[in-house]
Amino acid sequence: MITRSNSDTLSCDRRRILACADVVIIGGGVVGCAVARRLTLEGATVLLLEKAPDILDGASKGNSAILHTGFDAPPGTLEWKCVQEGHREYLEIHESLGLPLLKTGAMVVAWNEEEEKRLAAVFEKGGKNGVDDLRLIGQNEIHQLEPNLDPSARAAIYVPREYVIDPWSAPLAYLLQAVENGGKVLCDAEVTGGSFDGHHWRLETSRGLVKSRYVVNCAGLYGDIVDQRLLGESDFTIMPRKGQFVVFDKAAAKLINSIILPVPSARTKGIVLFPTIFGNMMVGPTAEDQKSRDDASVDTQTLSMLAEKGKTMLPGLADIPVTATYAGIRPATEESPYRIRNDHERNWITLGGIRSTGLTAALGLARHVHSLLQEHEVEFIPLKKPLIPKVPNLAEHLPRDYRTPGFGEIVCHCEMVTSREINAALNGKLPAHSLSGLKRRTRVTMGRCQGFYCSARLAEITRGKFRDSLGVGEDDV
Amino acid sequence: MILSALVKMMSKACNRTSCSVAIIGSGPTGIAAALELKKSGITDIIILEREKEGGGVPRHCGHPPFGLHEYHRILTGPVYARRNVQTVQDENIPLLLRHSVTSLGPNGLLEVVSPEGGMQIDAKRVLLATGTRETPRSARFVSGTRPLGICNTGALQAMVYLKNMVPFRRPLVVGSEIVSFSALWTCKKAGIQPVAMIEKEDHPQVRRPISLACRYFGVPLLLNTTIEKIIGTERVRSVQIIQQDNQREVTCDGVLFTGRFVPESSLARLGDLTLDATTACPLTDKHGRCSDPAYFAAGNLTHHPVRVAGQCFKSGRIIAKEIYKDLDSAGG
Repeated sequence: MITRSNSDTLSCDRRRILACADVVIIGGGVVGCAVARRLTLEGATVLLLEKAPDILDGASKGNSAILHTGFDAPPGTLEWKCVQEGHREYLEIHESLGLPLLKTGAMVVAWNEEEEKRLAAVFEKGGKNGVDDLRLIGQNEIHQLEPNLDPSARAAIYVPREYVIDPWSAPLAYLLQAVENGGKVLCDAEVTGGSFDGHHWRLETSRGLVKSRYVVNCAGLYGDIVDQRLLGESDFTIMPRKGQFVVFDKAAAKLINSIILPVPSARTKGIVLFPTIFGNMMVGPTAEDQKSRDDASVDTQTLSMLAEKGKTMLPGLADIPVTATYAGIRPATEESPYRIRNDHERNWITLGGIRSTGLTAALGLARHVHSLLQEHEVEFIPLKKPLIPKVPNLAEHLPRDYRTPGFGEIVCHCEMVTSREINAALNGKLPAHSLSGLKRRTRVTMGRCQGFYCSARLAEITRGKFRDSLGVGEDDV
Repeated sequence: MILSALVKMMSKACNRTSCSVAIIGSGPTGIAAALELKKSGITDIIILEREKEGGGVPRHCGHPPFGLHEYHRILTGPVYARRNVQTVQDENIPLLLRHSVTSLGPNGLLEVVSPEGGMQIDAKRVLLATGTRETPRSARFVSGTRPLGICNTGALQAMVYLKNMVPFRRPLVVGSEIVSFSALWTCKKAGIQPVAMIEKEDHPQVRRPISLACRYFGVPLLLNTTIEKIIGTERVRSVQIIQQDNQREVTCDGVLFTGRFVPESSLARLGDLTLDATTACPLTDKHGRCSDPAYFAAGNLTHHPVRVAGQCFKSGRIIAKEIYKDLDSAGG
């Protein structure tokens, strides 16, 4: 039995060890951040390792930001359980952490006869999954709820508790809570090797040697590689699946209230039309299998197809300009279920193949990891009064920073990002370590002009702060 | 200056102020309109500018020719912008800097925020002079990755002229509009050497002997050429282009998307003013009035295609006369 007070075996006695903890978490995506929070709250000392300069740089960088109910998850699976658990816990904690929730509801819309036939099965599955507030609705009710939706929508299942959240502030808040309560984070720390001596793991990272009793592999797109590197084998192979998105201007937000889901197929949830927490409207993702784990390229044809698809579902989009385009890569594997490895002998847990449901399921997965550790007969003493930090609000429907006087200046006019917000994101306990990290924390340059007005000022503010900066060769102009 | 302090004090005290005409934007159009209105005898004008410096886009066009008609001299953009701002200040027209309009309400009721807080401005008439901006890479649906080193001319010029920084050294320039050549000028000044300028048509988009300009700047002009794909992880590494069906890769460290101006009509769009379906400019009648008669629009917000500063200045004067007539006939 290991407790906080009994962590003498973990002391960083040797000078060459950079850091040590009860649990090392590999990967600063949403899953790693949620695991860090949960285990910290349960009383473990945690150290999160991220190979990129900042967290949320892999799969978690581009997802659909939907809080799922799990109505269409495979019944009885761990994914289903974690999605439901994650949904419940998010609702419980979001206010205290300052995390937004947009209660949109969702509609699974059948656009043709064939899809309409499949609706019944989806509805039934929802019931089996314990989501008992689904409703089959007809054309009239669809029109009442979404008057701007194309009238060719034949029938739908209404899912009242599918919501929209902030995909980046949520994991940031989880990790921040871990850090506020003693957790540690090392960025630019790729795990390159390591060994287990029967009691402890010694992990070699690009920043130095770290030591822990347990390791939780949350390496997302690199999950299989980390297992191979450290365990010599992996139960699964990551088969990266790219999803492209088109983001429409905020003016589109008034066209629709809910998330418009297609009738799902076996492989993917399909192309979704949904409002974002930032007040935009989005169409995506595609599901494109590829070899590369980091090539998030977009392509003209697919983007045009997505925009057209959006306009077919919501004709009013024809008059709305496109704000942004991007792609995310999901860590799919050769099989659909989550790929969990619980290596009792080697104090190792892998959370692999956490695909599109990861944002919701992360909190549930984190609890699952804790219960697995308990199976290892590890007991920590839960924190009695954990600190509950709040993250800044970026949601459009809640008061933003510029509403409070004394914000300095508005740097990004499209997204109304203030210099006070940027300064806060550059400092504090989990500061931005890259431009994209700063964007995720503040939304700077993510609006309709994409930096036309503000990138010069932003370049000035961030000068010399990041390894890759907006300006080049800054001293010799 | 005194008046502007007064307006600030008033607005602070009651968070609501009223005026005859509120002008959104202090570029050439907004400034010209303010001066013309003042000349007509309208004294309670407020110019709202979201930046911390007035003057609009010319502030970061560090090259001539600006101001020929207005000041009978050839000035550079920044000098011209400063001169415009100075003129409204000499006329005691309040120019409120760092004041962002967040919503256009019915009948000219504006929601405004500044670092001091929020306020409402109840204006009898509002002139929208928010100008124009270039289409960014995203809205052009260009294929490839999204590394650093991709920007518009506006961002490049603001970086070079206002911040003394450069976003790249060897970019590919996309487009051959007037602004594209303004961009070349900026590049030259900042020691940036574009690898090429590409244009998808078989001729440049400006009538002047542009190929000469390209030769002067030492930048090859490739016609019938489109950008196929951007390559690079952290920073742009190369770009695939297609020149008359031949694909090739060009090594560069940035992509400068120039032109394809779109009106900065987001306020109008969010404020439920009717927009023109094809140009996305606010729909105006022959007097420059928008679908809500309290609102007028002028300058590059309504010009399609976009025009140079002097023409915007002229457009500001003309709209001011219309606003004056409108106020006059309404007994205001």
